[in-house]
Amino acid sequence: MLRPLPLLTALVLAGPVLLGLFGTILPAMGLGPLGQGLSAEHFARALDWPGLPRAMAVSVTSGVLSTMGALAVATLILAGWHGTRAFAWLERLLSPLLAVPHAAAALGLAFLIAPSGWFMRIPALLLGWDVPPDLLILQDPRGLALTAGLITKELPFLLLMMLAALPQTGGRRRLAVARSLGQGRVSGWLKAVFPSVYSQVRLPVLVVLVYAMTNVDVAVILGPNTPPTLSVQVTRWMLDPDLGLRAVAAAAALIQLGLVLAVLAGWLLAERLVARLGRLWVWSGRGCPERGARGAGFALGTFSALAVLGGIAALALWSVAARWSFPDMAPEALTLRSWGRFGPEMADVALETMLIALVAVAISLVLVLGCLEAEHRFGLTMGQRALWLLYLPLLMPQVAFLPGLQLLPAWFGAQPGLAPVVAVHVVFVLPYVFLSLSGPFRAWDGRIARVAAGLGAGPERVLWRLRLPMLTAPLLTAAAVGVAVSVGQYLPTLLMGGGRVSTLATEAVALAAGGDRRAIGIWGLGQAAAALLPFVLALAVPAWLFRHRRGLRDV
Amino acid sequence: MRLTALLTASLLALPSWAEPDPSNWESVTEAASGQTVYWHAWGGSTTTNDFIAWIGARAAEQGVTLEHVKLADTADAVGAVLTDKQGGRDEGGAVDLIWINGANFAAMKDNDLLFGPWAEDLPNWALVDVEGKTVTTDFTVPTEGLESPWAMAQVVFIYDTARVDAPPRSAEALLDWARANPGRFTFPQPPDFLGITFLKQMLMELAPDADALQSAATDASYEAVTAPLWTFMDELTPLLWRQGRAYPQTGPRQLQLMNDGEVDIAISFSPGEASAAIANFELPETVRTYVLDGGTLGNASFVAIPYNANAKEGAMVVANILLSPEAQLRAQTPDILGYGTVLDMDKLDPEDRAAFEALDLGPATLSPAELGQALPEPHPSWAERLAEDWVTRYGVAD
Repeated sequence: MLRPLPLLTALVLAGPVLLGLFGTILPAMGLGPLGQGLSAEHFARALDWPGLPRAMAVSVTSGVLSTMGALAVATLILAGWHGTRAFAWLERLLSPLLAVPHAAAALGLAFLIAPSGWFMRIPALLLGWDVPPDLLILQDPRGLALTAGLITKELPFLLLMMLAALPQTGGRRRLAVARSLGQGRVSGWLKAVFPSVYSQVRLPVLVVLVYAMTNVDVAVILGPNTPPTLSVQVTRWMLDPDLGLRAVAAAAALIQLGLVLAVLAGWLLAERLVARLGRLWVWSGRGCPERGARGAGFALGTFSALAVLGGIAALALWSVAARWSFPDMAPEALTLRSWGRFGPEMADVALETMLIALVAVAISLVLVLGCLEAEHRFGLTMGQRALWLLYLPLLMPQVAFLPGLQLLPAWFGAQPGLAPVVAVHVVFVLPYVFLSLSGPFRAWDGRIARVAAGLGAGPERVLWRLRLPMLTAPLLTAAAVGVAVSVGQYLPTLLMGGGRVSTLATEAVALAAGGDRRAIGIWGLGQAAAALLPFVLALAVPAWLFRHRRGLRDV
Repeated sequence: MRLTALLTASLLALPSWAEPDPSNWESVTEAASGQTVYWHAWGGSTTTNDFIAWIGARAAEQGVTLEHVKLADTADAVGAVLTDKQGGRDEGGAVDLIWINGANFAAMKDNDLLFGPWAEDLPNWALVDVEGKTVTTDFTVPTEGLESPWAMAQVVFIYDTARVDAPPRSAEALLDWARANPGRFTFPQPPDFLGITFLKQMLMELAPDADALQSAATDASYEAVTAPLWTFMDELTPLLWRQGRAYPQTGPRQLQLMNDGEVDIAISFSPGEASAAIANFELPETVRTYVLDGGTLGNASFVAIPYNANAKEGAMVVANILLSPEAQLRAQTPDILGYGTVLDMDKLDPEDRAAFEALDLGPATLSPAELGQALPEPHPSWAERLAEDWVTRYGVAD
């Protein structure tokens, strides 16, 4: 039963990606049904695009800076505040943000920081401005607004991942030792706890890096357009009425892939450098500006949370707004007309979205747990060298392999529809579930199993009665992450559903193209709620289950 | 030998046996009953979405289930059909009906991705204003019955009377106005169709030889005809909103900018859009529309059926409903859609004609007389080159 699961999982992950990539490489080389024969022409056309250098530059800077920013803020928050009441408050504030769909968060943020947005309306009202200032705040060519938007969205994800990894590192004891050696709270945490936490969340960090470099939905709203980021341009070429540009898009997607690989290599090198510098710092015995670091972590975390929540509040207000013009802080009147127009349809689609998410997450959980348990019992790992397969769907820009993959159901003679959508959602959900679960699963204290075995319990009993119950919190977190990932999938749903499967994501992005803030507000709130509910459960259920188990609450 | 011939004959006959015969309308409606039609249409405008839902209710009366597949871009649907063709799925395709025109239609026609001819066999085709409206050519490309018209559009400019006294009614006047009011005008970023429309509209006025636009662009004609446009754009761009370093990505977002007080003038391809937006709280009540002295571009919106559509009969039934006086009247109602009708008033029943004449077009909609005769769209090759050229010149600059 268990033995074939690792192989099956590897196939589920790698098969679609490799086939899809194949389907991208072929047209890029001029081969395939529409190709004219092997040529480098499409690469030449992509390289000829005058915007390429800047598009690549913005992809790299926004991706790297936002990942570093989110990692730094998450680290400062944990180092400075973990275990305090303020931390509990901040965690409660930040966790829901993970569930907020990217497009909705970006649109909300855009309304806050635009020159005609909520922030600017305060001076406008005080100083009596008729028109907002003509300032390039959003969609700036350097991608600063995009970077800021990505930090606010990635911070909760990294914080939650680090938090989930923390119990496995014995952080509390390490910190106690460091502090007894005279280190401050922040420097002690950074020196003694951070290295082991980082090694556990390293792959999520890399995934964030790849996502930040290649996302389309946030970049379209907050990112520059003269030129856009490379993945946005790839998507545009893909959707161009000139069908000949699809091959150029495929070639550019492969350039994007090369860029991602180069940045990943650079990141891994930088890790070593930072490790070396960090060791020097540890041995120097020097501390760091504790007060400043704590203050910065708290302020940045709070600001980031409030920015997203403020944006969502703005969308909520738009969803019930009658006329609302600059520079008014609130609409002229409130009306439920928009909810009457869009609410019922949104609720229907929300139901279908949740159904897809739950099926995809259930399949993923079975496969992941099967793999992990097989690894534990038979030493059947997918192998260190084969492990990269797991990260393939996440490290591969979606635009690089999804169009090629779209041909797949047709090859098998299947209709596009619900089943292919669920199948492809599994491809994206599974790695996140694996990433979020494997650490805690492997780090589970094996001595407990040996004690149980000594008392006569077989491996099944150990798994079902000890390991899984003790891992309830990470299991539920993994499931919640999986649901959020599924709810957020736009391109896979659109392509694999043949347009026939509507989810909150496809509807919200289609509406975002139109820019009706009232409709975006309603669909965005619906999507946020669909992804938020599982996280509420992931927090509440273990807390209630383990209310009498202090050791299991040591988070 | 005879058996082989028979088999071959029946195999050859198979595709045509499976194809519906549009001229036999009774058999079409019969086959359509019980079908589900997936209409791929741009979903970015909530008023259009509501209208399509209403069409769905009419289709249900004839036993056809209409599902609106909301696209961010019509090219998505073109791509889906192309993918089907690459994958060898020549029947049972995912797309039954596409809201289409211009370059997307030309691309599908060139690649043999369309079913038909069928449009001129629709019963309601008899009501269509074939003479007076450009419904048999689409951006100069003959439709040849491969797509059926359902709405007329014409370029208008929207301005806020609270901020603009006398709107600029020519390219030159627009440049002067922009000099006096820098940062207060923009257009959706090409290759968005509305942005390209702005370029085409300016080109019609500035080109030394506007007739050249009616045939396919050549390297030589393109250079000569567009040179004055780029001189104009070089002057206008730094005077745009954000000095031309950022643009709204779509028409509705451009209207949002207007509502936010960021711009004073916006381009629209629907004479009734401003009135509908006022009714939906999306624009201030002080907004009005105007056209340029030299006239503005106009075109028709069509629906087409892919060659491998699963429900061709149902799709034709929907296309026929779109041409019914009831649907056309609804589409022209300003707070619903405000799209121009494709029907010929002289061909309607007196009752239907009276209903059209009684329509209150809304506070910001111009009368047909005020709109004037629409200028014909240039050949699609111009739009393609303009888009590419604009992106190279302004789309990748600081």
